[in-house]
This record gives sequence, structure tokens and C-alpha cells, in this order.
Amino acid sequence: MTSLFLLQLLNGVQLGILLFLIAAGLTLVFGIMDFVNLAHGVIYMVGAYLVVSLSAWTGSYGWGLLLVLPATLLIGLLAEALIFRRLYDRPHLDQVLATFGLVMIVTELVEIIWGTSPLLVTAPDALSGSIPLMGPLRYPVFRLVVIGAGLLTAVGLWLVITRTRIGMRLRAGASNRAMVAALGVDIGRLFTVIFAFGAMLAGFAGALVAPILSVDPGMGESVLILAFVVIVIGGIGSVKGAFAGALLVGLVDTLGRSFGPIVLRSVMEPSAAAQTGRVLAPMLVYLLMAAILAARPQGLFGARP
Amino acid sequence: MTLTRTTFAVLASATCLAGPAAAQDDDKLTIGVLLTLSGPGAALGEMARNGFQLAAEEIGDFGGIPTEIIVVDDEQKPDVAANKARELVERDGADIVVGPIFSNIAGAIVQPVTEGDAILISPNAGPSNLAGTDCNKAFFATSYQNDQMHEVMGAHAQAQGFQNVFLLAPNYQAGQDSLAGFKNSYEGGVAGEIFTQLGQLDYSAELAQIAAMQPDAVFAFMPGGMGVNLVRQYRQAGLEGIPFLSAFTVDESTLPAQADAALGFFGGSNWAPDLDTPENAAFVQAYEAAYDQVPAVYAMQAYDAAHLIDGAVKQAGGTDRDALIAALEDAPFTSVRGDFSFGPNHFPIQDFYLTKVVQREDGKFATSIVEKIFEDYQDTYAADCQMN
Amino acid sequence: MIRALRQRRVAATLLFLAFALLPIIAAAAGDPYLVIVATRILAFAIAALALDLILGYGGMVSFGHAAYLGIGAYSVAILSGAGVTDLGAHLAAAVVAGALFALLTGAISLRTRGIYFIMITLAFAQMAYFFFVSLSAYGGDDGVTLAARSTVLGRDWLRDDRVLYYTALALLVGLYLLCVAITGSRFGRVLTGTRENPVRMEAVGFTPFRYQLTAFVISGAMTAVAGVMLANQASYVSPAFMNWHRSGELVVMVVLGGIGNLLGAIAGATLALLLEEWLAVLTDHWPLIFGTLLILVVMFSRDGLTGLFRGRRG
Repeated sequence: MTSLFLLQLLNGVQLGILLFLIAAGLTLVFGIMDFVNLAHGVIYMVGAYLVVSLSAWTGSYGWGLLLVLPATLLIGLLAEALIFRRLYDRPHLDQVLATFGLVMIVTELVEIIWGTSPLLVTAPDALSGSIPLMGPLRYPVFRLVVIGAGLLTAVGLWLVITRTRIGMRLRAGASNRAMVAALGVDIGRLFTVIFAFGAMLAGFAGALVAPILSVDPGMGESVLILAFVVIVIGGIGSVKGAFAGALLVGLVDTLGRSFGPIVLRSVMEPSAAAQTGRVLAPMLVYLLMAAILAARPQGLFGARP
Repeated sequence: MTLTRTTFAVLASATCLAGPAAAQDDDKLTIGVLLTLSGPGAALGEMARNGFQLAAEEIGDFGGIPTEIIVVDDEQKPDVAANKARELVERDGADIVVGPIFSNIAGAIVQPVTEGDAILISPNAGPSNLAGTDCNKAFFATSYQNDQMHEVMGAHAQAQGFQNVFLLAPNYQAGQDSLAGFKNSYEGGVAGEIFTQLGQLDYSAELAQIAAMQPDAVFAFMPGGMGVNLVRQYRQAGLEGIPFLSAFTVDESTLPAQADAALGFFGGSNWAPDLDTPENAAFVQAYEAAYDQVPAVYAMQAYDAAHLIDGAVKQAGGTDRDALIAALEDAPFTSVRGDFSFGPNHFPIQDFYLTKVVQREDGKFATSIVEKIFEDYQDTYAADCQMN
Repeated sequence: MIRALRQRRVAATLLFLAFALLPIIAAAAGDPYLVIVATRILAFAIAALALDLILGYGGMVSFGHAAYLGIGAYSVAILSGAGVTDLGAHLAAAVVAGALFALLTGAISLRTRGIYFIMITLAFAQMAYFFFVSLSAYGGDDGVTLAARSTVLGRDWLRDDRVLYYTALALLVGLYLLCVAITGSRFGRVLTGTRENPVRMEAVGFTPFRYQLTAFVISGAMTAVAGVMLANQASYVSPAFMNWHRSGELVVMVVLGGIGNLLGAIAGATLALLLEEWLAVLTDHWPLIFGTLLILVVMFSRDGLTGLFRGRRG
């Protein structure tokens, strides 16, 4: 039981890191540019589809993954120049409407180009097996790669934001846009960079999870809401918050799913416990979010009221 | 290949362009095809459309009567489907509607179609209420009753002498029905029973529990993308030593994405591409040539639906509804499945098989028949059906 | 201001007149199916109208309004299942249930602002969605087929598509007039004030929270009415009614039509559903065109479609 609990803990952390990878780009665009980007999920999806095609083309998943980075960066730049640039000073609602439109367009294009059936990309053989943990329990190697990549992304983002010049401007831009512009920083270019970088992070996340998750036209939508939940719990604009929020969501979801019914069984009869557990499990994440926002309306690490 | 509503109509009909209010007349047959063609479930709907289209091209004029075929997308939304169904029947004057793929859509379109004086033929969905208490004389299924595929796997687990099976399904109606169906024909012990969240991405928590329990076998019902995720993660977690039994989880619609991760996994089905009948060999060959994919049951059942309609119109000698229903009951066609007849509830009486995922010589993945589990099998709900 | 109001009155009269004539035109054109499509439009117009009341006037962007559609729809399913088929009972149950859910979730949600409010309303809607998905007694995810439409005074008048249509139209007109009255009242002005400047409203002695919550509850109850009509139109109820996509579509309808003038919401709902209907006939790839239209509308008009007609506001 203890070893199973430890393994589930690890699974929870891993789901959390996966969610962080997806949410990191969103929280940057959202928090610093104050821009509601519903299209984040479809860029994540495009990243996954691109890695399928590019891996097939180069014959290796590694090269595919590397090529996805410039490709999604380019897509981000293009979308920013064509559409998003005109919407920065608009109310959130206009942004919601325009990016909702973009979601429809990209999803349809993906269906036209790649079809509606789920696609496959396999990780290199060295990474596709599993290693023994304890007893009969094993752990997939590729999951460790995902955890590693997520942690590296977290550390990298933290370094960029706290230690570099552009990071300083980012932080300044987040707290007072007009002031930074008055000091001579080209806010337009800064935003272009952030946006493209956010798109690249989303594409990277999509490409990285492609070997473990189904690559299909619904994949962007299913993570978009979760990513929003994560950054809202953590506090918008805070990378630290996104990381904490992601881990919290991952742990609560995984542990709640696996141990919730056991806990319930100790307070009610088994059939009622099973029924209650079944109803509660999918709501857990949303209950968590509602509880946190009710207590702290700005999220865990959010600064603004 | 994608055909729009209009081009397909022109292509399939030799004669006319329907005006907005085409009245039902006897010298023309109108077939509405209502399938999920967008959204996460679209892959299944497209297979069914391809299968129907393939048959329609072979047949030409159904029963020798000029035929118009109208294909519409239900978007996998029940209320949209209900509207589209009414549109097909009331505006386009459809005599027969072929659809849907998903059971929750079936509930929404039965009334609009059958009360609108048309006939509904399901190429896939077979919910229990339509097979039992709510059976309807104007509803036919060329597929199966949902529980049957699960009962096949339960019977197989029973025959194998498994004592300890772990059950896994998403938490929604079809998932609950699935596990109930499995337990109908399996009497051994249940190691654990988990209902996962609909559309769940990551199954590591469930897989860890399976690994800790080491059951005799796992039975899973995980359609679509959920199945792709589960099967790949199952293999990656090193659990392939535990037999994987399933229904709607490994089939030709998901195998291109599961590939060798699904090799050797078992499923229950009423058909597989290598089923040995001459009609089936011809169907699979023609389908693969036309669409460059291995057909799944959804394509086969829609293909059969088209031939069933062709035969029934021929036998009825026109589009009179009562005559058509009487003719359909006789199932006057040769199914690619071989033996095929309708029970009193208009669901098929057919054979069911244990299937296994194999890699064919051309490198593609497909299910393959291992053994026959049930012969001339009828669903358990037929007894509750009081056809009026 | 006065001129704008008069313009709106003329536009509203014309719009409702067009709706009232529609079944006659449909019959003349030999296309009775139009009435069915239009009933669905009316149901969504009621929901969009309700959303505009809090979104356009109160500045509360609810991303969970589909939950109320579902609550209204399930009121019909559950009561009909229990043998109560009267439309009045269905409407009353829907209004009470919708208001209660709005009161409970609104009281918590209104502690938050901006994007946090959007997300917390979404969270509550998702909870409702998953609750109904797990509700086996009413078919869970499969939903339930209604044996018949609601009855009025024990008669099945609503069986006739046109009667159902005019009932929906009467409800829409009634609720529109109610919204006009609300927004024109002192309550409405305070509500608008809380959107523009909550601090000032508080300074002059109003508690924004109470006004916002009241508006939120009214809106929730109205949307539940739309759910009752939608259930009757489709003769079918399922959790898909309360999917978050639906909530998004409702927001799109309101913003597309232009927020904060009530009529825009009705026009937006009409246009969005008609476009979906027409484009789907034109091409399988209709989302491409629809999505492009949405982006163009946002880029070239700051007030949605009504803004296009009115020209830029100074």
C-alpha cells in the first residue's frame, strides 16, 4: 500500500509537470500581455501533429521534436502579425471571440490536412520501455523524460525571467505597461517576442506528449480548460504560480481518483461510496479551483486583486 | 476524400436536384445519411460514410429507383442531430435515414425520424432501450446491441477460467452498460472496477493499481482517443504480460495510432476484415483501394445497411413505408458477415467472434478472428420488446 | 441617448414582427421546417438575452451559462418523468432551480473579478455537467428522450410546431420587455454603474455585490427558461446541452451581436445559428468560414454587428 501510494504520488507529480508544460506559455501571454488566448490549445495540437509529420520526414522523433520548435515559433510570429497585434488594446471579450474563431479555423485545417483519425509517433526505442520500481511496479522511461523536460522548462523560464534583461522588461511590462513604454522599451516588439515564445512552448508541449497521448483533433480542446484551471489556481502571470497550480491539480486529481473511493468507504457503505466517488472524481479539479478562488480570489500567487 | 452535401447528392442521383420542399413521391427514393463527421468522434463517422458511399456506387439506383443521397453531419451534438433529422425528413422528404454512430445521438433522432414517417437504420448505435422496451417498428440496426460485444469478452474470460479480472471503463452510460454486459457472461471474481473520467488523458494512476494487483486479465472499454492513450500507456508501463481484453478499444479506427502497442490485444466483435466470406473479401479489397485505410466495423455495417436498403426497396417494389418495413424485416440481402437475420426487435441475430490485433503482411494493423464465441446470438433485451 | 432608445424600439418592433410573420412566410414558401429551426433560434435568443443582461450591463462575463440551459432542460425531463407535464410547472421549476443554482454559485463567484470570474463560472458549470453525466436515472451521458412535449392546461397544444414557436416567441418578447424595464430602472443604472466604477458606487452608498448577485440570479433563471424551450424543441435532453462549448457559443452570440443593448444578443443568436445552418449546407468545412467571419467582425467592428450598422460610436 505504501509503495502504491508513493507511485501514485509520482504519477500525480508527473501529470502536474505535464500540465505545467502546457500552461507555461499560456500564463506568460495571459499574465504579461493581459491577453486571453483560447487558441493556445490548438497551437499545442499543431505542435503534436507537426512532430508526427516531421518525425516521419526526418525518420527520427528527436529531429522532429527539434524542428517543431522553430516551426511553432514561426506560426506564433505569423499569427501575432496577422491577427493578435490588433487585439492587444481590446477588451477581453473581443479577444475571446477572435481566438474562438481561430480555434475553429485551425481545428478544421488540421482535419483537412491530417484527417480525423488519431495519429501515431513513437519515441526512440531507448526511451520507450519501462524500468522496475519496486515489486511488480514499473515506470515508463519516457515519463521520466517528460518530467525532466518539464523541470528544465520551469528552471529555464525562471532564469530568463529573474536573471536576464528581457526578463526584467517582461516583469516591468506586466506591472506597468505605460511606464515601460515611456522608458523607451519597444512594447510592441516585446509582445511579439512573448507571444511567439508562448506559441513555441505550447508546440513543444504538444510534441513532447505526442508519444504518450493520442494525437487527434480533440486534443487541444481537452487540455485548454485544464491549462486555464492551472493558471487561475496559481495566479495569472506567475510562472511560479503555474508550477504550483499544475502540481496541485496533478496531485489532487491522481490521488483523489485512486484513493478517494477508499477514503469514502471508511465513512459510508461500499456501493454508496463507489457511486459517490464516481460522481465526485471528475469534479475534484473544479471543486479545488472554486474552493481556492473563494478563499483567495486572485489565486495562490496572484498579485493583483 | 471529402464530398460536400451537394456534390454527393449530385453524384449519387442520376436525376434531379431537390427543391427545398421535395414531397415524398413514389418514383424516387431519398436516403438521408446522418453521421458524426466533425469533432473527436469524426473518424468513426467518416468510416461509415465511406462504407455507405462505396456500396452506393456499386448499387447505383437503389432497388432500380432513382435515388438521392444526402449526407449531413450531426456534430456529435444530440440537439443538432435532432434538428438535422427533422430537416432530412420534413424538408428533404427522406424515406430512410441511415445513422447515427453514437448511442446518445440515437436517443435524440428516433422520434423525429420515425414520427416523421421515415425509417431509421442504425449502422452502429444499438442502445438497450431501443432493443427492449422502446423498440420501434420503424427502427432497424445493422450493427449489434451495445451489450453484446462486452458479453463476448465476458464469455471468453469465463472460458479461459480467469478468476480475477480488472475492469476499466469511462464514467458514462455506455461505460456502465459495458461492465454490466461483461459481467452478464462472466462469473469469476473482479479484482477491481474503475470508472475513469470521460476523455481522460493519463491513465498512470489506474495502470499503477493494475500493476499492484496483478490480475489474471484486464477488460477495458475505452473508445476513440481514450483507447489510444490507454493502450499505448499500458504497453509503456510494461503490463503487456497481463492479457488485455476489450471492446471498441482496439479496432481499425484506432489501430493506425496504436500500431504495435496493441499487438496481441483481444477484442470482441461481430466481424473482422479477414472474416472468410466472398462478399467480405470483395468489400475489404474495394474499400482499401478506394480509401487507403483498413475498414472497421463502422464501415462494414454502413456498407451492409446500403445493400439491405437496396434489397428491401427491390422486394417492396417502391418506397411505400409499410411495404418497406415488411421487406426490411426479411433482410433480403447478402451480408458480408454471411448469416444475417433480424430478430423481432429489428436487431440482428448474428455470430460473434474473439478478435486479436495482428500486423498484416503489408505492414498495416488489423483485427483478426481467433474463434467464434457465439453462434446466431440474439440480444437479451429482445424479450422486452412489444412491437406495436 | 433618447434617440438611441427610440431607434432600438423601432428595431425591436421590426425584428419581432419579422419573427411573428415567419411561420406564415414558411408556409407560403412550402418549407415548414423553417419554423423548427426558428424555434431553436428563439430558445438561444432567450439565453443570449439573459447573458447580455449580466455581461453587457453588469460586466460579468459568465462562461458557464450553458449550465442553466441544462438545468431548464432537465426540469422538463425530470418532471415529465414523474408525470408532471404542464408547461407552467416546468417553467416554474426551471426558474426556481436556475435561480437557486445562480444564487449559490454567484455568491461565491462574485468574490472574484475579470478572468477569475470567467473561470470560476466555468468551474461551476463543469461540475453541473459532470453531475448530470453521472446521473444514471436520467440516462447519464446518453440523455433522455421526452415522450411528448409539455402540456398547457392538460392539452397537448405544443405538439403543433407553430404553437411551440409562438410560445417561445411570446416568452422572448416578454423577457425582452422585462430586461428593457430592468435596465431602464434605478436597479439597472446602479448595475451599469458597478460595471463602470464599482468604487464610486460603493462610495455613494450602494453595495455592488447585492446588485450584481440579483442580476446574476435573474439571468440564471431566464436562461433556464430557454432550456425549457430547447428541451421541448428537441424533445430530448442530455448533458451535452451544458457542455462548456455551449457556454462559449452563448458568449460568441452576445459579442457577435454587440453587447449591452439586448437586441444585439437576439440578433447575434439569430445570425450565428442561421450562419451555421447555411454554411453547413454549403460546405463540410464551414468552421473555416465561420471562424474567419468571427475574426473579421472583431477586427472591423468594436461593437459587434450592431456596431457595423450603427457606425462607430464617438
